[in-house]
Amino acid sequence: MAMPDGWLTQLPAPAGTLEPVQRRGRLALAEQGFPNRKQESWRLTDLTRLEALFELSLSDQRNLPSPADSLPSVPEQVLRLVIDGSQDPLQGVTLPAGISQLEGAELQQALGHTLSCCRCASDWPVELNHGVSQQILALRIRGNVPPVELVMLAANARLVPTRVLLLVEEKAELELLQVVSAQGQAAHSHLLEIHLGQESKVNHGLLALGDGQEALLANLAVEQESRSHYSLVSVTQGWSFGRLEPSVVQVDGLASTSIHGLSVTAADEQFAVHTAMRFEGPEGTLDQVQKTIAADRSHSIFNGAIQVPRPAQRTNASQLSRNLLLSGRARVDAKPELEIVADDVRCTHGATVTQLQEDQLFYLRSRGITQSSAAALLLRGYCKEVLDRLPLDASKRWLGGSLQVGGVTS
Amino acid sequence: MIRPDAEPLLEINDLHASVEDKPILNGVNLQVKAGEIHAVMGRNGSGKSTLSKVLAGHPAYRVTSGSVRYLGRDLLELEPEERSRLGVFLGFQYPIEIPGVSNLEFLRVSTNARREKQGKEELDTFDFDDHVRDRLQVVQMDPAFLERSVNEGFSGGEKKRNEILQMALLDPVVAILDETDSGLDIDALRIVAGGVNQLASPDNCTLLITHYQRLLDEIIPDYVHVMGAGRILRTGGSELALELEKIGYDWVDQQLAAEGVA
Repeated sequence: MAMPDGWLTQLPAPAGTLEPVQRRGRLALAEQGFPNRKQESWRLTDLTRLEALFELSLSDQRNLPSPADSLPSVPEQVLRLVIDGSQDPLQGVTLPAGISQLEGAELQQALGHTLSCCRCASDWPVELNHGVSQQILALRIRGNVPPVELVMLAANARLVPTRVLLLVEEKAELELLQVVSAQGQAAHSHLLEIHLGQESKVNHGLLALGDGQEALLANLAVEQESRSHYSLVSVTQGWSFGRLEPSVVQVDGLASTSIHGLSVTAADEQFAVHTAMRFEGPEGTLDQVQKTIAADRSHSIFNGAIQVPRPAQRTNASQLSRNLLLSGRARVDAKPELEIVADDVRCTHGATVTQLQEDQLFYLRSRGITQSSAAALLLRGYCKEVLDRLPLDASKRWLGGSLQVGGVTS
Repeated sequence: MIRPDAEPLLEINDLHASVEDKPILNGVNLQVKAGEIHAVMGRNGSGKSTLSKVLAGHPAYRVTSGSVRYLGRDLLELEPEERSRLGVFLGFQYPIEIPGVSNLEFLRVSTNARREKQGKEELDTFDFDDHVRDRLQVVQMDPAFLERSVNEGFSGGEKKRNEILQMALLDPVVAILDETDSGLDIDALRIVAGGVNQLASPDNCTLLITHYQRLLDEIIPDYVHVMGAGRILRTGGSELALELEKIGYDWVDQQLAAEGVA
């Protein structure tokens, strides 16, 4: 299926730092066409919602009321950068010691390197971002720097493309919280690359909150050198259509990766999480837990790929997919996808799909707690494991410590 | 403590109940008055645990006939949470683990639900903290357990202590303890039993469901009932438990056979 008529040709002419990338993306989109359900990774996707993205405006958001005015306060030591696809996020910002902007040849050299390592450079959502991103936030991280909060905003029925590149140098440490927020039937196309040098450490939180009518396409590509530690905690809620695709590669092994996710869907939302983890060297570890809560008529999808080729001996990986259905009409599709060639490895995986446990509900009710409060307590307990891991006190500051799930505050 | 003039707190009349359409209770009759401790004994499958769950309002059990009056009102028409708030407490044989829910918060919410019904002021976080630490002494429980998720990773004995801690906080009128002694070593049994004895008063009553005499060495019942085939077959004083220890339950089969039940 071809891209919608005339959409590519009406895009602004390629320009700026990302000109070559824009050309590449547009060419790829013209060649690939529009995804179809015969492609495995799109098999379960409601493509009509993806098509709806092409009806959104790509014009910038300048001169419109900015949702940035109503953001929660940020702790003093945290560097907050707001990205809305139009303003320069670094305008008027003094970067703290250890954080510097990547520019010129250095930027061109780094751009797309991690995407290639993760083998996701040609994925359709990535090429879409390539085709439409007008600017990039590219930072080098040296040493132990203050925490960074990246707030990405979309509103007013616009498709907001954002691209971020982080080069985390050897032995550097970064605490990063990304907050992706959308209102007014807007959509995000987000692309993030993180390169972790040897012995570096990144504690990464992604909190993506829609308003029920919005769309999110987010690709996170992470490349780890040896003895680096990468932790991703993602919490998503409120996307009419969403797709979160973290891809992590340990290029030399001997690194540790932790991925914890919580995806909450309600009404007729559809949200998919496709994670890909590849070990290219020995003695790497992965600890992954992906949770979903699906209420009403919503549809939650999880696909967790783990690749352990022959050089990745003594890999130790565990993946658990836990899915909670709050309604008989909600749907969950969970698929672990392990590809193990190395013979001396420990890889475990599991998937559960359950409803709220009757015995747990009765236990709480037998202690005077009403059915609805008992359900809320159980949901809170279910979410807590992930919410508490978000960095920078994000759960409290951005969510007030709880999520609204299926009509109850968890 | 038997007082002929004591108020009946719980009156069970000809109670029949089933689970998944299988009859389990077949005409239970029992009256429990204020100040009394009753022990309900019997073999596995005799209906003891079903009786406790029916009294607490477990939704999987369906009452098919009979009645239960609690403080003069129809207990069976009340939701489980309402029963608890009015003072009916079930100590679970297998306390449920609830990951992610703080034990302290759970105890505070349930205690306040009961206190509201008692016309007492709700306790805020600080006052509750003092209150719960005082009540911990009843079961000699480590305060560290308050910070953990409800029953998660607790040993069998710790779970049972947590049940009696809940009993101490909820100040029940009728406490039904389902196999509280199972899984306890001798020391833990003494601590748990000591807690139950401390909480027993002339104003409340206790229904102990147990297999073994050893619990009744620590908590002396006023009445012992033997259940079989879903009803009470025999009632006596505490000496009946000692007799059962000697003669076992073979007589139950004979009695039921004579009645044409088994």
